[in-house]
Amino acid sequence: MATCATLTLPLPDAQATARLGARLAPLLGRADVLLLEGAIGAGKTHFARALILARLAAVGRREDVPSPTFTLVQTYEAGDLEVWHADLYRLTRPDEIAELGLEEAFDSALCLVEWPDRMADLAPDTALRLSFRPDAGEGRVVTLTGPESRWAPVLARLANG
Amino acid sequence: MAQTLTLLGIESSCDDTAAAVVRLAEGRGTVLASVVAGQTDLHAAFGGVVPELAARAHTEKLDLCVEQALAQAGLGLTDLDGVAVTAGPGLIGGVMAGVMCAKGLAAGAGLPLVGVNHLAGHALTPRLTDGLEFPYLMLLVSGGHCQFLLVRGAEAFTRLGGTIDDAPGEAFDKTAKLLALPQPGGPAVETEAALGDPRRFAFPRPLLDRPGCDMSFSGLKTALLRARDGVMADGALRRQDRADLCAGFQAAVSAVLAEKSRRALADYLALAPADPVFAVAGGVAANRAIRAALEDVAARAGARFVAPPLALCTDNAAMIAWAGIERFRLGHRDGMSLSARPRWPLDETAAPMLGAGKKGAKA
Repeated sequence: MATCATLTLPLPDAQATARLGARLAPLLGRADVLLLEGAIGAGKTHFARALILARLAAVGRREDVPSPTFTLVQTYEAGDLEVWHADLYRLTRPDEIAELGLEEAFDSALCLVEWPDRMADLAPDTALRLSFRPDAGEGRVVTLTGPESRWAPVLARLANG
Repeated sequence: MAQTLTLLGIESSCDDTAAAVVRLAEGRGTVLASVVAGQTDLHAAFGGVVPELAARAHTEKLDLCVEQALAQAGLGLTDLDGVAVTAGPGLIGGVMAGVMCAKGLAAGAGLPLVGVNHLAGHALTPRLTDGLEFPYLMLLVSGGHCQFLLVRGAEAFTRLGGTIDDAPGEAFDKTAKLLALPQPGGPAVETEAALGDPRRFAFPRPLLDRPGCDMSFSGLKTALLRARDGVMADGALRRQDRADLCAGFQAAVSAVLAEKSRRALADYLALAPADPVFAVAGGVAANRAIRAALEDVAARAGARFVAPPLALCTDNAAMIAWAGIERFRLGHRDGMSLSARPRWPLDETAAPMLGAGKKGAKA
């Protein structure tokens, strides 16, 4: 397995989670896959919404970004970039990933995937994993991990505020 | 001249597969048959249902549903005036399976085809059940949806506002999950809430301080988590604490829906409708506390409160057949070029606003 770059950031409140999404947004492109891990209420959807809104705003668009829990997948068009926001919580078998068309999207779109554990080993090796967990107080901590070749420069930019 | 129309409706845009036959006669609609391929035995997963993703499975179920619906109605394909089908929004595989099935039936029997927006099906249901006149105010409130619609005609909808994140049904499900209550979360949380004190925990009322009819329910999860962790002792949650948490959560959802309904009603009443009606459809309308709050808001505004029966508020094909009849009467027909639309906002003008003037995020 390729060497991984990793970065841990404190997220003291919901605004901090949203800011991280907005800062990461312009650093991403086609075929980037973000795996969003964490318990219910950890801020996964909040992060994804901020990222998608920033990407839409960059091309002068504003849309509702609803939770994908019921629809499983919401797609957005940010200029030439297609963005997929998937929530796999309700899936029961990895082969359902194929029915969703997610594997094709991994190559052609920017994909944000909540509850990626549902797809077992179908996640691409190049994905950036974001693990949200509670801190000692009322905030959260996120750890970003991904193959160095793609993600080291991105994480370096995030680390430098 | 009274027109009699009988349409077959087909629905497969999300978790359920359904077919129904609805007849319009003497100005009133009647459901002759409505079949929903059951998911009721699959309660284990989140939200109470397991999504059916496979287009193949939808296709197999669709044939059976259509056959059953026609048999229950005592009709053959030749007795129909047309076939209506959900063409979106929804999961692409399911919608495509439904559209293909409808095209096959329409082509084979030489019947007109009418594509229907799934949300229009929900929004027009009170016309089928209660014979409402336009315009009326509609609140769609379910697991996946939460929006206020001004229904001005069978193809004329104005979105006054809606949730900017989770739908209330989803918030109920996730609350149940966080409190280790069974799914679906709606009834479980309501039962607990009845035993609790809604004033003990002060949960936020998101977006209440902002003008307009938009709502937000996602932040309630965080508030609930904090309150829960604050009262847990040795990893255990006491029964009364859980009941109080449920009561507080339900009170917050109820207060937000009531206040935003009051504002939506004010916008609606500005149109000076002859017989003002506030129609509420969706699973969340089955919550007694929320329903009472909404009834109260309607009464204060001088509007009649209408809530179609639950079986016609969850996903079903009778609403699709009825919405098809409404479009058919307006002269709407779709050809074999009808395509599935995974995204299809009811109110296209309220959808993406171009050039909103926001600067891109700082890198």
